Amino acid sequence: MGRAILTLLWKDLRVELRTKEILTTMMVLALLILVILNVAMGQNVVTVKLAASGVLWVVFTFAATLGLSRVFLVEKERGQLSGILLAPMDRSAIFLGKMIGSTILVLLVEAVALPVFVVLFNFPLGGRVGPLLLPLFLGTVGFIAVETLFSAISAQTRLREILLPLLAFPVAMPALVGAVGATAKVLDGLPLQSAAPELQLLVAFDILFVAIGLVVFEYVVEEE
Amino acid sequence: MVQEDRRAVEARGVKKAFGRTWALRGVDLEVRPGEYLALLGPNGSGKTTLLRILATLIRPTEGNIRIFGRDPRREGEECRRLLGFVGHDSFLYGSLSVSENLHFYARLFGLPDIPARTRQVLEALGLERRAHDLVRTLSRGLQQRVAIARALLHDPILLLLDEPFTGLDAQASRSLGELLASLRQEGRAIIMATHNLNEGLEACDRAVILLDGRVARVMEGPEIRGERLREAFLATLES
Repeated sequence: MGRAILTLLWKDLRVELRTKEILTTMMVLALLILVILNVAMGQNVVTVKLAASGVLWVVFTFAATLGLSRVFLVEKERGQLSGILLAPMDRSAIFLGKMIGSTILVLLVEAVALPVFVVLFNFPLGGRVGPLLLPLFLGTVGFIAVETLFSAISAQTRLREILLPLLAFPVAMPALVGAVGATAKVLDGLPLQSAAPELQLLVAFDILFVAIGLVVFEYVVEEE
Repeated sequence: MVQEDRRAVEARGVKKAFGRTWALRGVDLEVRPGEYLALLGPNGSGKTTLLRILATLIRPTEGNIRIFGRDPRREGEECRRLLGFVGHDSFLYGSLSVSENLHFYARLFGLPDIPARTRQVLEALGLERRAHDLVRTLSRGLQQRVAIARALLHDPILLLLDEPFTGLDAQASRSLGELLASLRQEGRAIIMATHNLNEGLEACDRAVILLDGRVARVMEGPEIRGERLREAFLATLES
């Protein structure tokens, strides 16, 4: 299974490196949302401090949703998904390969969007960068696990891109609440330990949804 | 080549519904190892659906399938190891080269010595000089050859081909016909779906005509050669 996951990951990243279809789209949307929110909120220190965590997660989740709506759809439309399904392997490897690939792409978007946020909103992070990485990573993994599963489901339907956010956001709400809460505490300058309840929620959510994805993915991708 | 002492394909009462539309209404079919079967029928007769069911890509609504005695529902991975499928789509990635595509699929199949196997398949299909070309830069005919190379990578003993001659020029069609004949000589079972009676049928052992999701006629021997096949096909459509 590890070999299949690495093979799928290699292929996804190689294709993305050449086409830059998903990464460019996500990156542009992330920067646009940051600029719009910056114009709307201005440089009021109190407002920015209150909303910073929400701003970041709106940027990350919207960009991720836009990118992930294409993850299965393109391969489904071009018939390539059938080629992968013909391989004699555990089909949950496809879920993990896609999930890890998407997580890498979204983390890259976050790595660019975060410094832009700092500059635009005049919100220096100082020593909070390190502690911030944990809620960002755990929140991203949970959200991407949900989105990967629902991206595969929505690719089988006529509504496709429209269906993904409608399905994924309500289901991912516990992860988002946890991620926004933990990020807010870190940005407020509180120690990471104070965000333990949110981080525990995120870890539980991540394990649960990766497990659900592994179990149900075979039935999701096989045509009825 | 591994030859197994079982039927290559056994389908019993296979039905498939998409919503309220029945694509297959009860198909019984047997294919022997090493047999070359042509699946004929007009558009919408159920050829593609039957091939995709045999390829384990879709589940039948009713009925049973066996691939070399194995049940795809319980032994899907084993079945997929035994079969190669060439569909309407090439299953190839346009932004990867021919060689990269074949390496990708070879790795998914867990093949040993991938560079040697890839080289061997590329040579067999006359694609050595195109190995480093991006697939999107190839003509339809060349892409079809790469798709066949992909399907042959793991040396399957059952080949499922859905309209493989579509879009090929005369020379490419002739090459593909020769290739299919040689694959049959090697002992592989082949099921080829087509609505074109002019190509690829010379080496066939048997022809099955599908109409409205049912087997309307089975022909073999002299019946499937030349004009007699065309006449039988038209008579079946009109009946």
